[in-house]
Amino acid sequence: MSAKKANGEAVPQKIEEKLYQNRYLVDAGRPHVRIREYAEPSAELRRLVNVCPAGCYAINEQGKVEVMPDGCMECGTCRVLTAESGDIEWNYPRGGYGVSFKFG
Amino acid sequence: MPQERFDAIVVGAGPAGNAAALTMAQGGLNVLQIERGEYSGSKNVQGAILYADALEKLIPDFSEDAPLERHVIEQRIWVMDDTSHTGMHYRSDDFNEQRPNRYTILRAQFDRWFSSKVREAGATLLCETTVTELVRDPKGRVIGVRTDREGEAILADVVVLAEGVNGLVGTRAGLRKELKPRTVALAVKEMHFLPQDALEARFNLSGDSGVVIEAMGTITKGMTGTGFLYTNRESISVGIGCIVADFARTGITPYALLDAFKRDPSIAPLLVGSQVKEYAAHLIPEGGYNAMPKIFGEGWVVAGDAAHLVNAVHREGSNLAMTSGRIAAETIIWLKRRGEECTARNLAKYRRRLKQSFVLKDMKKYRKIPDTLHNNPALLGLYPRLLSKAAQTWLRVDGKDKRAKESEIL
Repeated sequence: MSAKKANGEAVPQKIEEKLYQNRYLVDAGRPHVRIREYAEPSAELRRLVNVCPAGCYAINEQGKVEVMPDGCMECGTCRVLTAESGDIEWNYPRGGYGVSFKFG
Repeated sequence: MPQERFDAIVVGAGPAGNAAALTMAQGGLNVLQIERGEYSGSKNVQGAILYADALEKLIPDFSEDAPLERHVIEQRIWVMDDTSHTGMHYRSDDFNEQRPNRYTILRAQFDRWFSSKVREAGATLLCETTVTELVRDPKGRVIGVRTDREGEAILADVVVLAEGVNGLVGTRAGLRKELKPRTVALAVKEMHFLPQDALEARFNLSGDSGVVIEAMGTITKGMTGTGFLYTNRESISVGIGCIVADFARTGITPYALLDAFKRDPSIAPLLVGSQVKEYAAHLIPEGGYNAMPKIFGEGWVVAGDAAHLVNAVHREGSNLAMTSGRIAAETIIWLKRRGEECTARNLAKYRRRLKQSFVLKDMKKYRKIPDTLHNNPALLGLYPRLLSKAAQTWLRVDGKDKRAKESEIL
């Protein structure tokens, strides 16, 4: 159940709570999205922190952009945004793995 | 496994792929369809509206057993600012007909049913298998695919790429250009469940009838996009989508945008008390006709979202996908029966036939829309505010005379 205010209105959810509703089969140890080696994160890479609808990207304490694709919905937005800069390596998960929508 | 050669390989089991595979299997072709999901539909996301016409041309009596949610009798178009919406509602009892025109559906369930029809027609479906690349002969002609399963390449006379908007196979093979952030929208959606009687009371519905709301205005915070709310049998699909380049420019997170839309005073009462059971995201090809790639070549055709076939103005896509998949398949059957090869020259007939259909006619009609929206951001911000202000000035009774109000509005 999502949190509700006294008037029944939904409280804004954290992205983790949204993803918790979804069904995934994680291909352990074989992430389908990887960030290529870099010295300084590019503008495109930094943008992914906000633009990814699953919040898979984060900036760590060292100021580096990291990706944790376990909650990825395989939309491809990050792939399209970095197609020119080449910041990431994006493949579909192996057959059968990844998100599996119940309703779609 | 001995090397089996197929008449056709279909990559993907969404509306385009299923339409193509069904048509070719019914036409007696030996068809292999490859889907990376656990089943057809498990990777697929849409609002979702099903337009009966495109499916009737494939499965005339589909409404007898297809998992349909509600037939749509009312369309609301809302222009929204932060506290108001100005609406155009069209509701007609004429839409309560023997063969309804459009339905709301849940894609994971609908696609799975569609896929069962494809298999009944005789196509072989290989699920949980990701196509990794195309196989070509020394002359560059596509002759099959490789997958992430162990084993040799799978060969066919023609490959139908129905791999969706984010299709990597054709793009990586150089058959079409990479998507541009300006030509695709990112949509996020949630499934809100409500008891059926509560939902019907809230939308003034009875039986299987349904309402759809398309919304635009300040809800997209200056970005080009729209929100939507569709009634299903006992759930509501609520979502919002904007051009990817706009998300990148503003730094607004898609889920915060969706949450703000859900909290909007016009939307929130419709969702009160619902339980969210899924959150999904998907790209929508919105570049229109000018962003369309080449859709046929030596040994291959592309259909559906992968071919950028979406009419963004009318929120139509799955019908263009089914129609393009069907016409691609009919072209291939026609060539086979004549004993002709699936060369680019022969497959050009697919594009010619698509051009005669509503698919390319509509794509062409709206070819200037993506640029118009991009160049006129006021359409989704300033104008909705002006419209609301005008309506409110006119409707609020406050001692000012009507002529003064008219000049205030104009």
